[in-house]
Amino acid sequence: MFEKSVAELGRALKAREISAVELARVFLDRIDRHKDLNAFLDVRADVTLAQARAADARLAKGDATPLTGVPVAHKDIFVTRDFPSTASSRILEGYMSPFDATVVERLKDAGMVALGKLNCDEFAMGSSNENSHYGNVLNPWDRTAVPGGSSGGSAAAVAARIAPAATATDTGGSIREPAAFSGVTGIKPTYGRASRWGMIAFASSLDQAGIMTRSAEDAALIFNAMLGFDPKDSTSVERDAEDYTRSLNLDLKGLRLGVPKEFFGKGLHADVEKAVREALAEYVKLGARLVDISLPNAALGIPVYYVIAPAECSSNLSRFDGVRYGHRAGNYADLVDMIKKSRSEGFGPEPKRRILIGTYVLSHGYYDAYYIQAQKVRRIIADEFQRAFRECDLIAGPVTTSVAFGFGEKAADPVAMYLSDLYTIPGSLAGIPGMSIPCGFGAKNRPVGLQLMANYFDEARLLGAAHRYQQATDWHLRVPPAAKE
Amino acid sequence: MALTLSDVMRIAHLARIEVTDTEARQTLGQLNDIFKLIEQLQSVDTSGIEPMAHPLGGSQRLREDEVVPTDNRSEHMKNAPAQQDGLFLVPKVIE
Repeated sequence: MFEKSVAELGRALKAREISAVELARVFLDRIDRHKDLNAFLDVRADVTLAQARAADARLAKGDATPLTGVPVAHKDIFVTRDFPSTASSRILEGYMSPFDATVVERLKDAGMVALGKLNCDEFAMGSSNENSHYGNVLNPWDRTAVPGGSSGGSAAAVAARIAPAATATDTGGSIREPAAFSGVTGIKPTYGRASRWGMIAFASSLDQAGIMTRSAEDAALIFNAMLGFDPKDSTSVERDAEDYTRSLNLDLKGLRLGVPKEFFGKGLHADVEKAVREALAEYVKLGARLVDISLPNAALGIPVYYVIAPAECSSNLSRFDGVRYGHRAGNYADLVDMIKKSRSEGFGPEPKRRILIGTYVLSHGYYDAYYIQAQKVRRIIADEFQRAFRECDLIAGPVTTSVAFGFGEKAADPVAMYLSDLYTIPGSLAGIPGMSIPCGFGAKNRPVGLQLMANYFDEARLLGAAHRYQQATDWHLRVPPAAKE
Repeated sequence: MALTLSDVMRIAHLARIEVTDTEARQTLGQLNDIFKLIEQLQSVDTSGIEPMAHPLGGSQRLREDEVVPTDNRSEHMKNAPAQQDGLFLVPKVIE
């Protein structure tokens, strides 16, 4: 049962081949047997089983959605009433939210059963999940490799088949990069499609929720329940609800697939390039046409991102002061000392680094030179995407320069780690939807992801193109050794 | 442009993060590496370009100013590190 997709599980539940409670027990048992991966931070069987019983009641009444009774796990960036919400930080250890994030609430309303909370980089800051206060997540394909970050727990849980789907968030690549490293399907929608209400904020003009699944079809099904206007999020986009499954049978004949030459330059490893080129050739076989495009300033995405994201993070994380919630230091002299010590003890090295960078670029005398200049270059990059989309329907290329790297390989050098997001950051800055789908294996038999990007609000076509590829290939059905245990 | 140790101490104070001298020295090297990366932006000609604060532009949506219930004080107080009579306790700030 655990090998089935979300779509298949939904059908099996509706046909009463299995009950939601039985299914929840299957996955709770698998979570327990795969504790060594450290994908989960919190599991509460009583909560999960209560939600499963409610799902069974809905199924019995005939009041079910295609997702009712299907389990899902949540990245610990989404606040939840039923599980602690920590953002993988010491500063929020044990924090119990008085409300559910909108994304969590919507999936609950659709009848999905929450399996627990997933490990990630602290405050979603990182590309390897090595920045969690609660330890590393292991890559199910190779336990010596990182699963990617920041949504490392989400990627590992879906890859190891200990959750059929997992919520995730993407600020500069935190869905696509771990999806690529762990061999699963991961998609971030257009900025503003998923509500940010209850998503612990990192960089608000970039943060966007998405989903990790085994297939594009599953992602489309979940998007139907998860996305949509939320009055509680001031940057939520007001648009009519959509059926994201409507283009799954997209005709690829004549589809113009833009291939940015800047994504195949120096730095791209040969094994990744080979798998990605083969995927492009498969698209040609399926009827698509490759179009050479250029995103001349894409590489500047990294410096732009490391001004804007830290600036917004330094502002967002100023709320953690040890007064209303979160860690408070034990010994202090006065109020300022209490706040300083609480923050110093509560935040790990990466959030501290980014808070310091952000504080500096926003400080008097540097604001125009750094922050405003970065926002201007951000527009240059976003405009280049718009020019590219005049010549093509979707953009395709690698997600990462290499397959998953080993623990400790980049941890000591923040700049080397930051360069991991070279191909994912530009799309995040523009705010367009992007996804990673498995397209082969590279060095040490570690997975490679194909990145597909679409213009604003074109998720249905993006998912359709991914689905057609997954009908023609079986990379997304490959299972890591850990899943068989 | 390179940061100095006193810059790091000043920023850390502004950010309300306590750093020891050893930590500051370590952080200094890392921040300077990161700023080297960021310096690339200085050479980009951005004359006539509007800063992009938000992917979809436009103005902030406002809601009607209506009263909505927020009657969950006790739930919000549950996470407070120190409290008394429904108030958050902090060290004395006014003599």
